[in-house]
Amino acid sequence: MAHHKYDERSKGGNGSGAERVGAKAFELKVGLAEMLKGGVIMDVTTAEQAKIAEDAGACAVMALERVPADIRKEGGVARMTAVEVIEQIQRVVSIPVMAKVRIGHLMEARVLESLGVDFIDESEVLTPADEEHHVWKHDFKSPFVCGARNLGEALRRIAEGAAMIRTKGEAGSGNIVEAVRHLRAVNGQIRALTTTSPEELPARAKELQAPLDLVRFVAEHGRLPVPNFAAGGIATPPDAALCRALGAEAVFVGSGIFKSADPEARARAVVRACTHWDDPKQVLEACRGLGKAMDGIEMSTLGDAERLANRGW
Amino acid sequence: MSARVGVLAIQGDFEAHARALARAGAEAVLVRDPKELDGLDALVLPGGESTTIAKGMERLALYEPVRAFVESGHPVLGTCAGAILLARAVENHPVRSLGLVDVTAVRNAYGTQVDSFVACVDAGAAPGLEGLRCVFIRAPRLRDPGPGVEVLARVDGEPVLIRQGNRFAATFHPELTDDARVHALLLGGMRTPGAARRLAR
Repeated sequence: MAHHKYDERSKGGNGSGAERVGAKAFELKVGLAEMLKGGVIMDVTTAEQAKIAEDAGACAVMALERVPADIRKEGGVARMTAVEVIEQIQRVVSIPVMAKVRIGHLMEARVLESLGVDFIDESEVLTPADEEHHVWKHDFKSPFVCGARNLGEALRRIAEGAAMIRTKGEAGSGNIVEAVRHLRAVNGQIRALTTTSPEELPARAKELQAPLDLVRFVAEHGRLPVPNFAAGGIATPPDAALCRALGAEAVFVGSGIFKSADPEARARAVVRACTHWDDPKQVLEACRGLGKAMDGIEMSTLGDAERLANRGW
Repeated sequence: MSARVGVLAIQGDFEAHARALARAGAEAVLVRDPKELDGLDALVLPGGESTTIAKGMERLALYEPVRAFVESGHPVLGTCAGAILLARAVENHPVRSLGLVDVTAVRNAYGTQVDSFVACVDAGAAPGLEGLRCVFIRAPRLRDPGPGVEVLARVDGEPVLIRQGNRFAATFHPELTDDARVHALLLGGMRTPGAARRLAR
């Protein structure tokens, strides 16, 4: 598998216990991302919500202190979730538990790694801790997922050790337009690289502000070296199916579930639409009996400073 | 004619299995509906989240058709979540299983993702499987195999690949490496003359 050609770059783990993680860290990190494909990862703030998500068929949950819609409304500094909440969630569910850290906050990340969190999201949804540097993710045993708006941003995060990319969209907006923009950007730029001649790749790498070896990988394989999921603004079953249709291998749903009128029904419906994204009859059935979706935000009413996707580079 | 092998495609790394089957010389067919089992020679239950896959199988009414497909003699391979679904019983947050392999699966038995690991099979693996490199991701353990179950490979003394006739269960992910030997077992290319005869029909 081509994914694993990249693993010799890995510097992950502390190297103790030869075969346990260590040199094979990147292969194992990408392996868990592979297991999440075709699924829905749901934002939850309590153990009760986590159980609802698992019972609805979520393939993982994302523990956070407030869903993005509330972070947007209430303002203030958004930080890593309280440790006790993450532990309660770990106790009640058997699916992978993810949690978010602030961009560049390597010590929040060490705390989550020590907790045995299955995936760490270095997320623009939280208030950034470092306005210049992201976490150097190769140094961790835990896999990381990071947001991206375009191919260059995705490849910079992968160069730092991200084992999964999610297009950012605009979290907490209930508006799919930014997720679509970012998916189209990443996949369009990937397609363009596949038809670029090898001697032109260094110039493309310069434009993309991405390492040449990763640009070469994308040009040769026509995809990222790690799975590419979608996030930010998914509120309905057809939203999830749309992201899959545009090439996302799985979806993250944040405020869309627990800010809707009937979270249980909507969670089941989004899972169904994600599995059967290419079968309109199944997506139709998933749309029935859901009650009201979360409130949405028109993008033109959001100033640059309010756009979470602008965090990170 | 190459064998047509179904891969249950509800959630998980079913596309990695499809690529692995292609490498092993079979034609892979993604299965989401009971009707799609018709005309297949074998079936793979992939890795992924067993709760998610089990809920999808319930919604799509796949339990009885899959059980009937395997009980009529078709070979089956389950990896990780797929092995859990094949088991007789499931422990540690049980999910509904098919009961097709006489073994108990203990979910997430090694811990969380930070405990995931890569290891080679112990000496003494079944002929042809020596040195097999295994990727374990939030893996289950297999306990109390019944008398009809043969342990083909162990890691640290624990069974990681077992067979009951032409039903195979692996707690690791052969689909994530380039080594096609486990898929070849399913296809009857190595050590399943019964399945090979059936596939050659």
